[in-house]
Amino acid sequence: MRRSNRLVAETLQALARRVEPGVTTLELDRFAEAHLLAHGARPAFKGYRNYPFTLCTSINEQVVHGLPSARKLEEGDILSLDMGAVVEGYHGDSAITVPVGRISPEAERLLRVTRECLERAIAAARHGARLTDLSGAMQGHAEANGYSVVRVFVGHGIGKELHEAPQIPNFVDPERGRGPLLKPGMVLAIEPMVNAGGPEVRVLDDKWTAVTADGSLSAHFEHTIAITENGTEVLTTLEGAGA
Amino acid sequence: MAKEEAIEVEGTVVEPLPNAMFRVQLETGHKVLAHISGKMRMHFIRILPGDKVIVELSPYDLTRGRIIYRYK
Repeated sequence: MRRSNRLVAETLQALARRVEPGVTTLELDRFAEAHLLAHGARPAFKGYRNYPFTLCTSINEQVVHGLPSARKLEEGDILSLDMGAVVEGYHGDSAITVPVGRISPEAERLLRVTRECLERAIAAARHGARLTDLSGAMQGHAEANGYSVVRVFVGHGIGKELHEAPQIPNFVDPERGRGPLLKPGMVLAIEPMVNAGGPEVRVLDDKWTAVTADGSLSAHFEHTIAITENGTEVLTTLEGAGA
Repeated sequence: MAKEEAIEVEGTVVEPLPNAMFRVQLETGHKVLAHISGKMRMHFIRILPGDKVIVELSPYDLTRGRIIYRYK
């Protein structure tokens, strides 16, 4: 789990350095796939329910699962890069949203708040906490900033499969109880998807790309974390390497 | 990659049926036929009448489900 997640983090960082106006998302996808294969890993998304690419590239109002294409990135775009890798049967999964060149102050604020939602969820993810504590932390912070969280897509457990139980909503539904207890050994992919406008999304005719229904900007950050006896470990980070 | 949300409901196991199927009384009042998820079968998680479980329902057929979690 550590190796696959670390490789995802490294690849995403290498991709982020390549993001600039004029680059196509297909070029980023090719780079990501070659990078994974060169490191003895396999793309986790490619082939998953017939998804044809290594990366999901979601630009501006695209929420998640944007298909890489010949579309050139433009100054001021925000781009979500979401990628999974498999190393020796174990899955890693992470996502970042990066600015293309200079972006508007509104877009910058959306990126910052979405990243903070993820940080708050990770801070709430402790041995003994409930799953809904995470969900509430993300929803609360997004809505306090005038944004909304996407409801029809959720984070997930991860391990030998890309998507395992439990599903991790970014919102709290009071009718569903408090959710399972978090215990050492659980590995979770937490992924807030925050819209500047309303929470509704629709899926385009390509059957994958999810966009905000009102056309507002959307950002997405994801980390895979492990709950351990000694605290929570973020697996998809390059910080604290070797620790 | 984000997962599409499936409907998850809490319920109580009423009776075990052959083939690792169970009849589950949902909190919503409905009774559904639920099989046990492959992962739980692999780890030999025993499910007995009276156990509280989470059932994942398909939006397409609300009378059948999959038990994905058993509360301790």
